[in-house]
Amino acid sequence: MSIEQKDHILGFLEKGIRFDGRKLDEYRPITVERGFSENAEGSARVTIGDTEVLAGVKMSIMEPYSDTPDEGTMMINAELLPLSNPDFEPGPPGIQSIEIARIVDRGIRESKAIDTKKLCLKKGEKVWSITVDICPINDNGNLFDASALAVLAALKDAKFPSYDGTVIDYKKKTKESLPLKKLPISCTVIKIDNHFIVDPTNEEEKKVDSRLTVEVEEDGTLCALQKGGDKPLTAEDIDKMVGIGIEKSKELKKFL
Amino acid sequence: MGYTKRNDGRKFDETRPIEAKAGIIKRADGSAYFKMGKTVAYAAVYGPREIHPKFLQNPTKGKLRCYYNMMPFSSVGDRVRPGANRRAKEIAMVTEKAILPVIDLSKFPNSVIDVFIELPQTDAGTRCAGICAASIALADAGILMSDMVAAVSIGRVDDKLVVDLDYSEESYEGGTVADIPMAVISRTGEISLLQMDGNLSREDLKKAVEMAKKACSKIDKIQRDALKNKYEVKK
Repeated sequence: MSIEQKDHILGFLEKGIRFDGRKLDEYRPITVERGFSENAEGSARVTIGDTEVLAGVKMSIMEPYSDTPDEGTMMINAELLPLSNPDFEPGPPGIQSIEIARIVDRGIRESKAIDTKKLCLKKGEKVWSITVDICPINDNGNLFDASALAVLAALKDAKFPSYDGTVIDYKKKTKESLPLKKLPISCTVIKIDNHFIVDPTNEEEKKVDSRLTVEVEEDGTLCALQKGGDKPLTAEDIDKMVGIGIEKSKELKKFL
Repeated sequence: MGYTKRNDGRKFDETRPIEAKAGIIKRADGSAYFKMGKTVAYAAVYGPREIHPKFLQNPTKGKLRCYYNMMPFSSVGDRVRPGANRRAKEIAMVTEKAILPVIDLSKFPNSVIDVFIELPQTDAGTRCAGICAASIALADAGILMSDMVAAVSIGRVDDKLVVDLDYSEESYEGGTVADIPMAVISRTGEISLLQMDGNLSREDLKKAVEMAKKACSKIDKIQRDALKNKYEVKK
């Protein structure tokens, strides 16, 4: 990013507005469309402004891990498709996609959003395995929050395929939804200079000093945090950012 | 006996319902959405841009690079493992060859035009949907093209030749099946993609090529309409 552009963004922030006219703590318009796919067990398309992310759920049956013989498993994966951003390259997942997948994964895992005990079919032998894949279509910033929202919406949309005890019939979906107990919302707060903003666009992301992703349960309890960016945060910064995260998560929750 | 009625009630020479849109991915230089029945393809074009690593640069002509990828949740049944497998690489290669004849790469020295095809949902005919989307996306990106390319799969299901197989026809068990994906350059009627698996008589192949040309001229119109829809000045 050029110095001019950087100054331009800063100049705006001093005045309390953004590049695109938004307030500092204002998200772009959000849409959530559930069930765009007939083939996935669950799916959702989320748009935040021009950013568009797809998430799809696939279910299968596997042997449980030996340390949790009566619990189903869950995996979140992100593929930063080179179709969605000129800077993304084809090939195995880079650190950026791994970070997105792991943050979303932690929020869901640590809040115990999915009752994994209910995914057990036969202790020590058979459990349901849930995989959610995140695929951005257009990346114009804030893939973190868009991905987290898409994953939750896809999990909410998911229906078990029919299973007769030996084979899964993927063509027949049952009416049974996943055992979801909680909906951990992700809100990423950005610090640029001395300003705190949410929902950065691609230009703003290039100017980030530090970043804090706050995953919040419905009652305001934090279930996952991740600091990013090159610059450190003070204790006051953290408190302020967490406050913004908790506040904004209430808005985001309405879209689920 | 024989294949007398198609599973979804289509006529034998009828494609599945098609929906096409241009310019749906803002970050890309050109993009398209192409839906054929339940098969959905996105295509994004980036470029012409500098090619890396540098030794790939050619001062006399540019390079067209296509990628084909099924999203992990795109198919019925097992999750598709991410990453390019042999099948994806071959499809990417034949997609390149299908499009290459309409692009004059000598106009883009030292550069690459990247075409990324992504399938969020599949029900047979993905390479054809990918080519159709790619052709719209390239035009949307303003890449100099001598023509458009459309693609469709012609199949022989038991005793009948049919246009645009869906998965239930591709896996028909009442008789033998041949699947012939073809790409047609719209104005010249030349064939730039031809593959076949199954078994087929020479006579049937001849008929299949004619059927593909007919179906592709209809698809071509839908592709052009998608572009017009984006660029036409509304009165």
